[in-house]
Formats: sequence, structure tokens, C-alpha cells
Amino acid sequence: MSSRLRILDRVRAALADVPPAERPEDVPVPRDYLRAHAEDGLVVLFAERVADYRASVLRTAPSGVARTIRSALAARGLSRVVVPPGFPAAWTDLPRTEDLGTAELDAFQGVVTGAAVAIAVTGTIVLAGGPGQGRRALSLIPDHHLCVVRASQIVADLPDALARLDPARPLTFISGPSATSDIELDRVEGVHGPRTLEIIIVDDLSEEEP
Amino acid sequence: MCPFRKGRETVRIALFITCVNDTLFPGTGQAVVTLLERLGHTVHFPREQTCCGQMHFNTGYRPEAFPLVERFARTFDGYDAVVTPSASCAGMIKEGHPVLAAEHGGAGLQNAVAALVPRVHELTEFLVDVLGVTDVGAYFPHKVTYHPTCHSLRALRLGDRPARLLGAVKGIELVDLPQADSCCGFGGTFALKNADTSIAMLADKMSGVRSTGAEVLCAADNSCLMHIGGGLSRLRSGIRTMHLAEILASTEGSPR
Amino acid sequence: MSGDGLVWLGTPAFPEAAREALADTRLRRNLRRATTTIRDKRLAAVGELDDWERLRESGAAIKRRTLRHLGHYLERLEEKVTAAGGVVHWAADAAEANRIVADLVKATGRTEVVKVKSMATQEIGLNEALAAEGITAYETDLAELIVQLGDDRPSHILVPAIHRSRAEIREIFTREMGRRGKDAPADLSDDPRALAEAARLHLREKFLSAKVAVSGANFGVAETGTVCVVESEGNGRMCLTLPETLITVMGIEKVVPDFVDLEVFLQLLPRSSTGERMNPYTSLWTGVTPGDGPQEFHLVLLDNGRTQTLRDTVGRQALSCIRCSACLNVCPVYERTGGHAYGSVYPGPIGAVLTPQLAGVEHAASLPFASTLCGACYDACPVKINIPEVLTHLRAKIVQGRRPGAEALVMKAATAVLSAPGRLSAVQRASFLGGRVIARKGRIGRLPPPLAGWSAARDTPAPPSESFRAWWSRTKESS
Repeated sequence: MSSRLRILDRVRAALADVPPAERPEDVPVPRDYLRAHAEDGLVVLFAERVADYRASVLRTAPSGVARTIRSALAARGLSRVVVPPGFPAAWTDLPRTEDLGTAELDAFQGVVTGAAVAIAVTGTIVLAGGPGQGRRALSLIPDHHLCVVRASQIVADLPDALARLDPARPLTFISGPSATSDIELDRVEGVHGPRTLEIIIVDDLSEEEP
Repeated sequence: MCPFRKGRETVRIALFITCVNDTLFPGTGQAVVTLLERLGHTVHFPREQTCCGQMHFNTGYRPEAFPLVERFARTFDGYDAVVTPSASCAGMIKEGHPVLAAEHGGAGLQNAVAALVPRVHELTEFLVDVLGVTDVGAYFPHKVTYHPTCHSLRALRLGDRPARLLGAVKGIELVDLPQADSCCGFGGTFALKNADTSIAMLADKMSGVRSTGAEVLCAADNSCLMHIGGGLSRLRSGIRTMHLAEILASTEGSPR
Repeated sequence: MSGDGLVWLGTPAFPEAAREALADTRLRRNLRRATTTIRDKRLAAVGELDDWERLRESGAAIKRRTLRHLGHYLERLEEKVTAAGGVVHWAADAAEANRIVADLVKATGRTEVVKVKSMATQEIGLNEALAAEGITAYETDLAELIVQLGDDRPSHILVPAIHRSRAEIREIFTREMGRRGKDAPADLSDDPRALAEAARLHLREKFLSAKVAVSGANFGVAETGTVCVVESEGNGRMCLTLPETLITVMGIEKVVPDFVDLEVFLQLLPRSSTGERMNPYTSLWTGVTPGDGPQEFHLVLLDNGRTQTLRDTVGRQALSCIRCSACLNVCPVYERTGGHAYGSVYPGPIGAVLTPQLAGVEHAASLPFASTLCGACYDACPVKINIPEVLTHLRAKIVQGRRPGAEALVMKAATAVLSAPGRLSAVQRASFLGGRVIARKGRIGRLPPPLAGWSAARDTPAPPSESFRAWWSRTKESS
């Protein structure tokens, strides 16, 4: 007998107490938890929560994105920067990069990407490999990650974020720079992933003041 | 006068003393009787009672615990309220008795246990929730720290009931115990089977108690107090342990 | 290295192993410091959510539904992963899982793999099995690296090197890094930042050249075939993204029904484990994505005692565990003894219920007794595993399965006494008389076994001359 059949047989035998007519949905799952732990002021909350992870946050009007990106890169002295295809033309004139090998990517100091969605309560950005977000390796190997998020992309909490995402895409949830608590449970930022995370919030919601 | 009445009938209150208190700490039982009588109630002591079976159950001897469950259900069947000055025994009755009745007993016993369990009350629960009193007229002019035992905290969720009762005692100076919610390391037969770990936990609990400068350590369970008090006594620390009931029973006319 | 395997051969029973650990002053200090820090952080993170209890209820219910219909969800997961370009393998036990992984690695022609921290691969002793086949596995999680370089054993589910201080870690890095790759910087300090930086440099070349990675999985979604790994350092992203081949070993209980269920677990897990609102990185992937990440993906579904655990209607709740390790951090026993005393990759309260069930109670019979039943673990568990309930259940199984000894005689005698109030009175009278012989000023000092351990540190009150029931008869019934 294959192990597949053997394991499935064992599972069936182990669950002799479950009535044969019971369907999975017959086991009740309460869903009365909150859909979100915040309602208003999501942009401000997102900025605060991102900053709590010791990531830096910049805010700008839509017209100021290009300038903000330029000065953010300049402030950190980053000249070798990779930008994925599909990143809005109005935001930077840096060259878009198609497939690069791991070693080539390692030669870049930084990466500029967009995001698929952002979560206010947890201070999280989510990359889903869409236009302007790049392959996963792109936002991983360069040591500095600059991510541009539109205010309209910020949802309150995790449930709303998951609802907006396509599980078929490779998804990366990023909450602050890489970190570890492995030494005496003391949090240290900056291990293998990008050691600096900088987020630019574009205030594209008219009612939100930057 | 009895404020605790069911319709026109006076409610019958039984004391479940527990085997440990019966044998080693009769003063606690006497204090419960004194206290409840002072509050205007009549207390019954059904003589057929012995033990809740917690030691057997927690050590893995379920068939040996079962006769004690039957006995408990039989003994307290006719009472409206069963009061016990032990959070861990109350916890055993509420959590363990239904399990044992289901595993080893018939439908009759299961129903009897299910009906009895809601009528079993740990002392502070009985005073605060059932009788609705926090000021029991006690007087105890000493510096006291309170250790919330694990079963008071997490099995019975006594919350601030003991603190409210103690807070209303005249003359008392209450001091907070550091790391109060951490287990003292007793754990019944754990103290024998894992003696070294138990002592390590005891040592930390004693440091906490000693750091308060209290002269009395109080709790709602004499088994934990026997363990902590035994350590404090061995160190000649000069701190005595007292069950909460004994503090509540103490008055100016008859101090303890 | 000896750190892998569900039950470590040669580890003595818990009380004995604990005695050794309790005497290790450095260990005690490291543990106290670490557990105190993490407890406060967890309480703060959990306290932010008003609906924490509802989230816990929901998490527990999702797990209950999954376990009651495990076969259904596993078949669905297999179907979806396969449809998305992955290959699913089934492993009945550790040996089969190791065989599958070794063969997959060999098929790539490589002799090195990078690894993401994974309890499942530790449980099956994968690193040793690969080594026997000439394949070197590099642990990339910082704590796992510390354990691997130190030829040590993990002592915590989340932070396997929790027993090590920064000074010890510096020593290990300085001594060992050069033997397995890039050396530690010559002037390495014991600042956690510097140590993390040394790990970054040491592992960077491994990540960039790795062709095969092995991971575990936090969740596998049946509805979509999506696999989820939750991590902090970015070593996970490196392993899950850069190599050509990814092999994920997942316990069969890690399947969850629907994608939407992640909204519950991704709130429960980070707040319970590291006390953060969200861990730095969570990766989700579904099969293979052309042009992005590994182009070959294998999912190994592992039984290894899980179906046996599932048979036990009380004990099966242990399979709900999401490996957050909150129960370890709040456990007063773990805080003093550390993880090694449990003799298993799964230490602490959850280990005390999981290890004996996965391995068979006879292989870890002292573990269910390594608890005061204080209940702190149950309160902290994000999926509401009633650990004290399972502990007492397993104790009963162990007592039932072994030949009755002196303890059984004492218990039976106690029941006999407690089944007759007259006998109880007689014993009370006798203990007063006995106590009078040995007590000094109302106190009983040292006693012979089996009470020697008790009396080593505690006096016992001398039994009073009058029991409560005797007092009652005298004062309340005589009139």
C-alpha cells in the first residue's frame, strides 16, 4: 500500500468518533472577532505602526513622489538602485530592470518597489509580484528597500488585506526591516533581509492631509 | 436573620472541609463556621464527606478517584450550597468530577454531578457572589500579603474577590506580592515526583513573600500554604501563613 | 550532531535531567531574563486586541474542524498543490520522510542544502539523515545556526538557543564559523547587533549560491494549495525564493481549510510567539510561479505519530498547536529547567503533551508529570489547547499501562481510608500520635523517602490533636 493510502486510512480509523454524515462545515467556526482593530485615521496609524518597527516613513502629495524618491535615495547615498518593470513612470526615471541573476542583484545597493496593499494596524506592506513590485528576489537581496505605498492602498487590518490578495500569486508580508530576537530575546533589526526599510506614503486621498 | 433564602425556605448550606483541612488545618474549618454563623447562617457538616479525589485524579489514578466522586455526590445531594475553603478542591469538583462521572459512572451519577457542580462554591466566591458581602466585619491589625493560588486564579477565576474581602478588613495592612500569579511549585504529588523543580519554584515564591516585609502570608488554599509555609518555617523566616478564612473570622473580640 | 530527533536517546527522566539543569546558574539566569522579557511583550501585544478571546475561540474551532475532517483537507491540499505545479509526497514516518528528501536532493545533483528553521525536520532528524547520504544541511535561522555551530541541542521551539547568553554565542561563532564557511570577524564583540551581523556575513554566500532549500510550513491552505512560512530574519525568504528547488516538510496537522482562516492565525501567531503585532516576514506561495522563485516545489506530508495522536479524542487537541511557544514562556517549570530536560525537540508544556503522544507514552513517561498543573499554558495558548486536561489524561494512561508499584498501593490505601469516615478518623488520630513522636515545637523536620524530597526544604506542621470532624462532634453534636 502506498504511504498516501496508508496515512489516509489511519486518519479515517483515528476519526471513528466522527459521525460519517458530519460534513466539515457542520463543525461551527465562530467569526465574531473584529474585522478591524481601527476605523479612522488609517494613514496616520499605518505611519506610526511602521515607525514602531524602526522603519522610516515619508509622506508626500502625488506631485512630490519623484522628488521624494530622489532625495530619499540621495540622503542614503544610494546610486546603484534596481527598479522593477511596471513601476509608475511619473515616479522615477531610473531604468527598469528585467531578469537579473542573484549575483547581479547582489551588486545593487537598493531597490524601489510599489506594494499590492498595506495594513494600518500591523504596519505591514504586502508585495504580490504585480507591476512595480518585482520578483521576490528583487526586494530581498539589495540591502535597502524603499517602498512607495498609496494612501488608498492602506486597509485597516489583516482580514481586509487578505480579501484583496490573490492566493495564486507569491505573497510577501513585510513588517519592518528584518529582525531577530534569537539572542536573549532582545530584538535586533537587520539580519538577512534588507536592513533598512523606508516607506513613502503618497497621499492620494483628498480628505487626508499629508 | 438569614439573607440567603430561596423563596420562603432558608437555604441549607453544607461545609465541605476537604481531607487536608480536616486532618491538618481544623482551624480553617472552624474559621469558616465562625464566619458564616456570624453572618447569620447555619452551617451543616455532613459526616459522610471525606475527599474530592484530586490527588488521585491528578496523579493518574482515576479508578481510585472514582469512589470519592460517588461519595461526594451522595453526601452533598440534599444541600442548596456547598462551601469549601479550598480553591483547588473546588476546581477539582468542577472540572474533574464530570470527567470521572462520564468515564466511570452511569447516567444517574452524571446527572447528579451536573446538578451538584453549580451549587459548589469556593469560600470567597460564596461570600461575594452568593451572599453579596465583602465587608464581613473582620479585624486583623497585621501586615499581610496575599498569594493567589493557581486554581483560584485560573481554574475558578476568583479575580479580585479575595482582595475585596481582605481590603474590607479593619486594621489590615495589605501589601502586593511580586510575581503573584506565578505558581508556588506545590502541584500535589509534583512536589514529591519533581522535588528539585518544586523547591526551585518555592525558593522564588519565598523571595517574593519575604521582599514584601509582611508578617502573614495568606491564600485561599491550605495545600499551597503548607508548601510555602513549610519553606518559610524551615528558614525560620518569621512569617506565618494563614488561610484567608481565618483572617476573615478574626474580630476585635476574638482576634487570631 | 545530536540535536535532532523526537526523543533524544540517553536523556534521563525529567526529574533527574531537571536536577542537573537547576544547578546550572548561567542557564537559570539566561532563562529568567529571556522568559521575563517575552512574557511582558506578549501581554502588551495581546492586550491591544479587545477581541483576543474571540480570536482564540475561532482559531480553536478552525483547528477542531480541520482535525475532524483531516483526510478531506489533506486530499484537497494535495490536489491544489499539484494543480499549481508542485509535487506532493506522503511520509508515514521519519525514515520515509528522510528518504524522500534525500532522494529529491540527490536528484538535483547537489550535496548542500540551506534550511529554514523547521520543527518537523528536527523531529525527523533530517540533518543527520542527509549527512549519512553525504549531503550537508546548513541551518540559516540565527538560533538554529548557534545550535548547529555549537554542536548543541535546541531548548525552545521559537528560540532554540534561548539557553545561550551573548557571551557564549560570541565564543561559539569565533570558534566554529570558520570550519563551515566564512570566519567570524576577528574583533567580534558580544553585542547582539554584531553577532547578527556576523551571522549575516557567514550565511550570505550560502544563500546566494544555494540551489536546494528545505523548509517547514506554518500553514498549508487546502482551499488554494498555498503554503505559508512565518519568520523574522529574512533567512526564510532567502531559502524560499533564491534556490531552484524547494522541499517543504509539513506535518499533516498543519493544513487549514480556507485562505480566509489565515486572517485568524496570522493575528494569533506573532502576538503569541514574539509579542509583535506582526512578524517581519510572512511568505505565501502556491505551487510554482513561472519566473519567480523555485521552479521545482515538493511538499512532503508527514505523519510520524500524528494519526496515532489523532485517535485519542482528548489528546488530539495537541495537534492544534501552531508552535508559537507562548506556553513555554509562561511555564514556571520551563522557566527553571529550560528545554533540554524534556529530552525532546518539543519541550515545555506542549512538549509534555505532544512528545509522549507522537512517540508513544512509554518513551516519554516522565513528561506528563513535569507540571504543577498551574494552568498558565492553557491561558496563554492562542488556540486554547487545554494542556492541563491532556496532562492528567496522559498520566492516567501511563499509570494504567504500567505494573502497579508502591505508589499504586498508597493510592489504593488512601481510597480505602477515604471511603469510610470512621477509618479517616482513626488515621487522623494515629497521625496525631505519630506526629507527637517526631515533631519538635509543632514542626516536623526531615522525613525518610518517599517524603525526603518534600522535607528537604520544608517543615511539615504536626497533625493537631483534634481533627475538624472531631471538633465538630465535640462542639456541635454533643448537645
